[in-house]
Amino acid sequence: MSAPSSGGASRDGYGKGLLRIAEDPRVVVLEADLGKSTKSCHFRDEYPDRTVSLGIAEQNMMLVAAGMASSGKIPFASTFAIFTERAFEQVRNGIARPGLPVHICGSHGGIHTGTDGSSAQSIEDLAIYRTIPKMTVINPCDDISAEELTSQLLELNGPSYMRTARNKVPRMYEDGSKLRIGSGSVLREGGDLAIISCGVMVGVSISAAEALSSEGISCTVVDMHTIKPLDVELIAKLSESCGAFVTAEDHSVIGGLGGALSEWLSTNTSTPLEMVGVRDNFGQSGGSSELMELMGLNEAGICEAARRAISRK
Amino acid sequence: MVKQKFSLKTINSPDAPLLHMGDGTEVDVSELEEMARRCRVDIVKMTHAAKSGHPGGSLSAIDCMVAIYGTCLRFDTSNPDWEDRDRFIMSKGHASPAMYSILHQMGVLDEDDIMGFRTLGSVCQGHVDMNWTKGVDFSAGSLGMGLSFGLGCALSAKMDSSDRRIWVMLGDGETQEGQIWEAAMAANYHNASNLRVIVDRNRIQNDDFMDVQMEIGDIGEKFRSFGWTVKEVDGHDMSSLVDVVDWANSEDEGPVAIVANTIKGNGVSYMENNPSFHGKAPDDEELRIALEELS
Repeated sequence: MSAPSSGGASRDGYGKGLLRIAEDPRVVVLEADLGKSTKSCHFRDEYPDRTVSLGIAEQNMMLVAAGMASSGKIPFASTFAIFTERAFEQVRNGIARPGLPVHICGSHGGIHTGTDGSSAQSIEDLAIYRTIPKMTVINPCDDISAEELTSQLLELNGPSYMRTARNKVPRMYEDGSKLRIGSGSVLREGGDLAIISCGVMVGVSISAAEALSSEGISCTVVDMHTIKPLDVELIAKLSESCGAFVTAEDHSVIGGLGGALSEWLSTNTSTPLEMVGVRDNFGQSGGSSELMELMGLNEAGICEAARRAISRK
Repeated sequence: MVKQKFSLKTINSPDAPLLHMGDGTEVDVSELEEMARRCRVDIVKMTHAAKSGHPGGSLSAIDCMVAIYGTCLRFDTSNPDWEDRDRFIMSKGHASPAMYSILHQMGVLDEDDIMGFRTLGSVCQGHVDMNWTKGVDFSAGSLGMGLSFGLGCALSAKMDSSDRRIWVMLGDGETQEGQIWEAAMAANYHNASNLRVIVDRNRIQNDDFMDVQMEIGDIGEKFRSFGWTVKEVDGHDMSSLVDVVDWANSEDEGPVAIVANTIKGNGVSYMENNPSFHGKAPDDEELRIALEELS
């Protein structure tokens, strides 16, 4: 792949993705007052008749979406990641249990959200949605992949949760890049270690891999945008070829991408895994990069984890 | 007594016109009362067989449901998935025996189906479930969610320019859930004139009487304050129920709520107004008495 270009927040990609699939009359968009933030506002501007404003009432929004899905619509319901969690049981019982194709987008996920502070920084969304049967869980790394993955949700005949980020990060993909829900994208190949990452940590993982190469450590970097279902075929292959893993995510180390990988590795292999993520801690207000440094979600954190993983081979 | 013009089968069909009695449709109230009696027999038999379930709230709700299914709900018994059917959203999903008894009496479920209630692999799950039972439009079991789901169905019908109507049955206890009022607010805001709610106001919830647990007060007034049109009715008087359902169907200005004053356990003397039979099945002797009273 070419060098990353700058300037893509995954929430912008979600907004563009909705416009890309808007031609399908089954697509409806549900908002809970935060359309300007989640970027569903662009769909609202173009298709007001297929946009439903539900006010600051997330629990109602989830079941309205379910009712619409049961009537043949394909609803996309968005709010902040943290506020989707307010309606967790509605998602579990009202959407996932009957297997309705409702696509939930939680924007402003993770510590990267920054100055709003810890109340807005969901660090557990990937974990909780991953525990629900039938749910697909996605965390794209930039605007281009978010747009592509959003458009693919149209064909997914079941519920999904997608986390997007508030702030811009370096682009990992170019327009027209091929990626598929459920298949990890290998962005860089190396034989000593595999860094499996998602969301805003994918770019950081690429930087870490470059730094590690100067130490003679050759890394594969995977954008594991789909956390569930996990691409275990790719993980199995990399377990053979690399023999050590690091996961990197802007999320708690409990239950997210690291949790998913450790569940599979510990029951199928003896391959070592080190996790970079939020260490069971809440964030605080601050700039994105300041907070990521503070929490160890940075190049140095990944490099240290890589050395530990390799030493355990 | 009014002369019968349509059989239930005729009303519940894709070819039925959009009925209300004001159009001159005639129904036989005694036929509806007989259907409700047969449903009550099903309810006590299936909960007795399962040794569990919720007979009290099923018996309080059943007359309202028969009035709706028996007079206006367009629903094809031979094709329960017909996409333009009216929807009946049973939000108080623990009263599943009432739902199954209706579907049994209409020929969608058979005797073996309902007598398998709550057993492994049964199409009659403990709480109503749209994935398990033909003719069930909503997977309930967690209270407070059905009105929102019904609103989603109603908004979709409007987007599709379909005249299908959405009926939602709520328990009075579940109006303690805040989500009910989120949905009430949104239904009026979006002018969901195809949405009808009927509240089974039996005044008893799981643990005890509502005025002991958490009395909500005037439910109708609360819906009115959100912009709904509301009527109250005796939820066990079939003629009044037929009239109020007919009235609801003739209203086309915004959402409509009916508060049906009911008696928990209605029709079985020892269950009536008795909180113990919210979630307890009759034993052998109690079944014998119930069947005698319902004969």
